[in-house]
Amino acid sequence: MMISCEKAACICNKAQYKEASFWETISLRFHILMCKACTKHSKQNKKLTTLCNKANLVALSEEDKRKMKESLPTKN
Amino acid sequence: METHQLHPDTWVDLYADYLYNYAVARVNDAEIAKDLVQETFIAGLKSAKNFKGDAAERTWLIAILKRKVIDHYRKINSKKGKAEVRMNYSAQTDAEGDWLEERIADPNSNFENDALENEELGLAIQKCIAKLPKKQAQVFTMKTIEGMETEDICNALGINASNLWVMIHRARTGLMGCLNQNWF
Repeated sequence: MMISCEKAACICNKAQYKEASFWETISLRFHILMCKACTKHSKQNKKLTTLCNKANLVALSEEDKRKMKESLPTKN
Repeated sequence: METHQLHPDTWVDLYADYLYNYAVARVNDAEIAKDLVQETFIAGLKSAKNFKGDAAERTWLIAILKRKVIDHYRKINSKKGKAEVRMNYSAQTDAEGDWLEERIADPNSNFENDALENEELGLAIQKCIAKLPKKQAQVFTMKTIEGMETEDICNALGINASNLWVMIHRARTGLMGCLNQNWF
């Protein structure tokens, strides 16, 4: 039942994008009960998600960037 | 003091998203913001020889972008009369009279402060993303900011899902460390 910290971290990341399955979530919860380091990490990870949501981040798509690069005359 | 140098070939990868966030916050329009970023890079290239090296590249580019934003507002306000301050008295009929006093900012409102803080936060996050290795930054941006599906990213980049999660993990850990001083 006890999963490794690596596995826990991976599930924790998936959980940030709501992609962890039900059983994964349960095993992560269980792991966090036992493991202090993972408790801290998962707390910070959640906080990072909150910050990213709060910041209204926008990004240019790869396509846009490619076009931008093309239109810039590169001189070295 | 160290002198800075310009590396225009890295600009788009390093600063495009940062400048874009800055511009979007000011002009409220994705297309216009994109154009302004583009113009900034072009203007930067043109005046690269005037770069004295006493500011970091990003600071210098932001300074150019600021001018571009101002120019943009000048342009859209250039038709005579558009620059006048005009009050549209509100049509909300439940207001007693259309008094100016009713329309000033609410001093107790947190909204403006929050908006400012969120913008600062956004720029801080973009700065940290730019410090990540390129591949990690790319995966993180696609997943977190563009909200793409795991499968689509894997297909686009030719990696498998566990690769993706490893990169996400490294990126997130890196960002936590980078943002740690100010935001956690």
